[in-house]
Formats: sequence, C-alpha cells, structure tokens
Amino acid sequence: MRRRLPVIVCFLFGLFMLVQFFVPHPVGTEAYETVLDWVQIIYVFALFVGVAGIIKLHGSKLSPGKKGWFYSLTTILGLAAMVILGFVFGVGKGTPFNWIFQNLQAPMQATMFSLLAFFIASAAYRGFRVRNVESVLLLGAAVIVMIGRVPIGKMIFPYSPEVADWILRVPSMAARRGIFIGIGLGSIATALRVIVGIERTYLGRD
Amino acid sequence: MNLSAKKVPILILVLLSYRLCSGAEQSEPAKAYDTPNDAGRSITIFWGKFEPSLLTVPEECKIFRSPEQEGTYELVATVPFDQLLYRDDDVDDDSSYYYNLVLVKEEAIVGSFTLGPVSSSPQLFNTGRLNVLVGVLICGILVAFFIVQGKTGRELYVRPIAGLSAIDDAIGRATEMGKPILYSSGVGEMSRVATIASMNILGSIAPKIAEYNSKFIFPNWDPVVTTVAQEVVKEGYYKAGHPEAFDPDNIYFVTQSQFGYVAAVDGVMVRERPATNLLLGTFEAESLILAETGNSIGAIQIAGTDSSIQLAFFIVACDYVLIGEELFAASGYITKDPMVLGSLKGTDYSKLIIILFVVLGSILGTFGVDTLVNWFSVG
Repeated sequence: MRRRLPVIVCFLFGLFMLVQFFVPHPVGTEAYETVLDWVQIIYVFALFVGVAGIIKLHGSKLSPGKKGWFYSLTTILGLAAMVILGFVFGVGKGTPFNWIFQNLQAPMQATMFSLLAFFIASAAYRGFRVRNVESVLLLGAAVIVMIGRVPIGKMIFPYSPEVADWILRVPSMAARRGIFIGIGLGSIATALRVIVGIERTYLGRD
Repeated sequence: MNLSAKKVPILILVLLSYRLCSGAEQSEPAKAYDTPNDAGRSITIFWGKFEPSLLTVPEECKIFRSPEQEGTYELVATVPFDQLLYRDDDVDDDSSYYYNLVLVKEEAIVGSFTLGPVSSSPQLFNTGRLNVLVGVLICGILVAFFIVQGKTGRELYVRPIAGLSAIDDAIGRATEMGKPILYSSGVGEMSRVATIASMNILGSIAPKIAEYNSKFIFPNWDPVVTTVAQEVVKEGYYKAGHPEAFDPDNIYFVTQSQFGYVAAVDGVMVRERPATNLLLGTFEAESLILAETGNSIGAIQIAGTDSSIQLAFFIVACDYVLIGEELFAASGYITKDPMVLGSLKGTDYSKLIIILFVVLGSILGTFGVDTLVNWFSVG
C-alpha cells in the first residue's frame, strides 16, 4: 500500500494533466489552476524541509574545531537575518530585506553569471581546436556566425550576416529540431512510464 | 482503386456537398461565430471574404453590438480593415447578440453588415489539438505494444550509448582514486521530465556507488528533489546490501538561487576535488560554469540535459554527453529492465514515423502542397 497509493495518485493526476490539455472548458481550466495552487502550497512545506536540512547540515559543522565552521556560521546567520528582517520590516522597497537583496545577493549572483564570459572563451578555445574534419567544419561555421553577428562583419565580408543567418536557420535548426523530436518522444515515454507506474524509482524504498 | 457501383454516387454526393458548402462559405463576405476551441465568453467577427472595389478599400471597421436586432447598438471596437477579424471577449455565454459591422473610408461608410444572432459557449474539446491527441495515442500505443513485447521476454536491442557505458568506469575511477562522486540534477523542479529522468538514472547508479563504497555528494537546488533523491539513493544502498553506508547528509538542499547554487557546487568541486561529475537533469545558464569548473579540476564528466542550447556547452566541456532522448533512455539502458527497454523501442518507432512525415512533408512542400505541413499546426 505504501507504493500503491502514490502510484494511483500519480496515475490519476497524470491522466488529468493529459486530458486538461485538450479541454478548453472553464471546468477543466479551473481544476487545473486549483491543482497548480495546491502544488504551490505543498512546495512551501517542502521548502521548510529544505531550510531545516540547511540548519541541520551547517549546525553540525559549528564546532570551532571543525573545518569551515565560519562559513557554516555565516550561512546560518544570513538565513536567520533574512527571515527576521523579512518578518519584522517586510520585503517591499526600502526595507532592510530588500536592501540586502539588491546590494548583496543580486551583485553576488551577477558576479557568478559574469564568470560565464570567461568560461565561454576557454570552452570555445577547446571546442574549436582543429583535430579532424568535423572540428574544421565546426570552426568554419563558428567563425562565419561570429563574423556575421558583429557590425564589422559586413565590412569584412558583405554577405556574412546572410550566411550566418542561413547557418543558424537551416543546418543548425535542422540538427536542433532533430534533438527536439527525440526529447519530445523521450518525454512522452518517460511520462507514460511514470503515469502507468512502470518507472517508480522516485518513490524510494518499498 | 476498386469502387463498387453503389459507392460512386455516395462519393459524388459527398464531394458535391463539400463543394457546395465551401462555395456558400466563400459567398459570405462577413460573419460572426462562436470562437472555436475556447473557454467561452468570446465571439469572433470575420470580414476576410469582403472584396471591396479598388477605389473603396475601407481603412477601418467599426464593430457595434446589441442583444436585439432592432435594439440600440453600442460601439465595441474600431480596428483596421486589414486585421480581417476581431474577437469580442466581453460577452456572456448562451446570450444572443447581433453585430453591426460598418466599413469606413475617410469617415464615409463604404459597407455595412448586420450579423447574428450569435451566442458563445465553452467547448469540451479543442479540435485544434486533435493532431496532438492522435500523435500521443500513436506513440502511446507503440510504447505499450513494445512494453508488452519486453514483458513477454522478447529481446530488445538498444544501440550502445557511450556516455552510459562510461558511468561504470567513472564510478570505478572515483573508487580507485579515493575521491568522491558529485551528482547534480541542475535547477529543475521535480515536475520537469528531465529531473524525473535524472532521478531514474540516480536510482540505477546508486547501487553501484554503494557496492564500490565511493563517497557520494549531491547538492540540490530544489527541496523536493532533495527529499526524493535521499529516498532514491537510500533504496540503492539497501539494494546493494550496504544500508549502513548511506549518509543522508551527503544529499542536501543548498539554495533556490540559480547562481547561488552554482557558487555552492563550484565550491564543493574545488574543495572536495571529485573524480567524477555526473551532471544529469535540467540545466540552464549555469551548465557551462559547472562543467568548466569540473573540467579544471580534472574530473571525468558525464552530462545530459533536455536543453539543446546547454547541450552545446556540455559537449565542449564534458567527456561524455547524453544528447536529447539518451537522457530519458538511460535508466532502461543501465538496468536493462525489459519494460523500460520496450518503451524505448516504442519511441524509436514513433521517431521513424515522424521521419517519414518529415521527408514526405519536405517533398510535398517543395512542390507547393502544404496540406501535410498544416496537419501539424497546433491550435
């Protein structure tokens, strides 16, 4: 029963989600929106579990002798500060919560994101190294697309934007659509396996 | 083609009535009708068949509405003539309405139509998605057929997938080097199919990790995925007969901030120096940052996602990449479960059908026949 009930619930809701895609009637859309609301509610409770996990994990590292205890302390203090400030002063514009978010968290996230520029350069260097015929083709296509995408490209080769567009629209898009078809079919098969209960790994132990 | 004498008149009648119906439709310059395939409360006014003379091409359409034919009409909208249709989304279901369509050029009326009565109602089935239903049914029937075949013991061949064959070696390498294995399912919620596929793969490799007694680290972006992953890995350790080796603290929730998660996982990579990184699931902009950091520490990396954009990043930074449906095929490939393998075979045959349609559609499209292509448009 420990497994049968979740499988039945999964089957019923999976079937409902499939059917509602074809039903424009308000009864179907309202039921769908209700289910989505419930998902959000369940998710909030799951977030509590996640936060409890963070406190447990970092709390166990708090002894001064343990390696990295200071970072765990910073994590717990940061978590507690955001919760307290959010509840006491609110989360709107001009509140301490919002100030910390805008001036600490957002710049830190932007810093991590900006690393992507350097990683793209190193990945491109490795990816475009000429080793065989395929890599020559890849390099050639990449050079044309890059030239076609910058303003100076038209001065170097007048038709470079058109050629770059053609590469992206025809051969590149054809390959991507091939992958999309595979992903779509794979998703359908995986969803069917989960809905009918063939794939039950996500349920954990019997 | 063999047609019996009885069938010929019926066929002629059907073709004739179709012709007559289509002719009648063409003769109507404007019409108002219940908007099809919607949730109700909407009427469409269409004037696409109106053919003005060259000198009197209207500039705009004024649309008036009244609940009675002889009643007072109120202006609903003024739209450009070349818009050809207008959706009135401010009506009540099952109430009759009349529309007065006035075509205007330089403030002079060049045409006028009274349309109705017409009423709106919600539909139970979106006929614009009939093709999707047929496609899903065909795919579902093929998958079900091959699942039954697999269940009855028929041997099903699945081509070797390098990335999946390498997983055993990657786990073994981590054991030999005495370093951990790092797993990430990316930034996807449990409802994403790629995340579900990732959990299935995790369930397949967890017993091997337990057997090899390798340290396993799985930082998570989502608390639900964390809980599911803990259960999945726990089962794997039980299956392998090493429940005591399972440490739930190694599968932990980090943060829901995308780049906060990246910073945490990169930090784990740099500090713990895992020998193997398995990046399987839903990845977005963070894919390259994770994969390049993994590459810089010399870890063997196996990645897979359902995003074609992120696949390109994984291909340049990882040793093996599961492309597209290979991610969804992985659990069946690793476990050799005949039912899962059967479903893979079903999707392969579905793909074959799609390839046939693509080839046929390309040929017909080249000759200007768009009928087949139009079959695949979704409403």
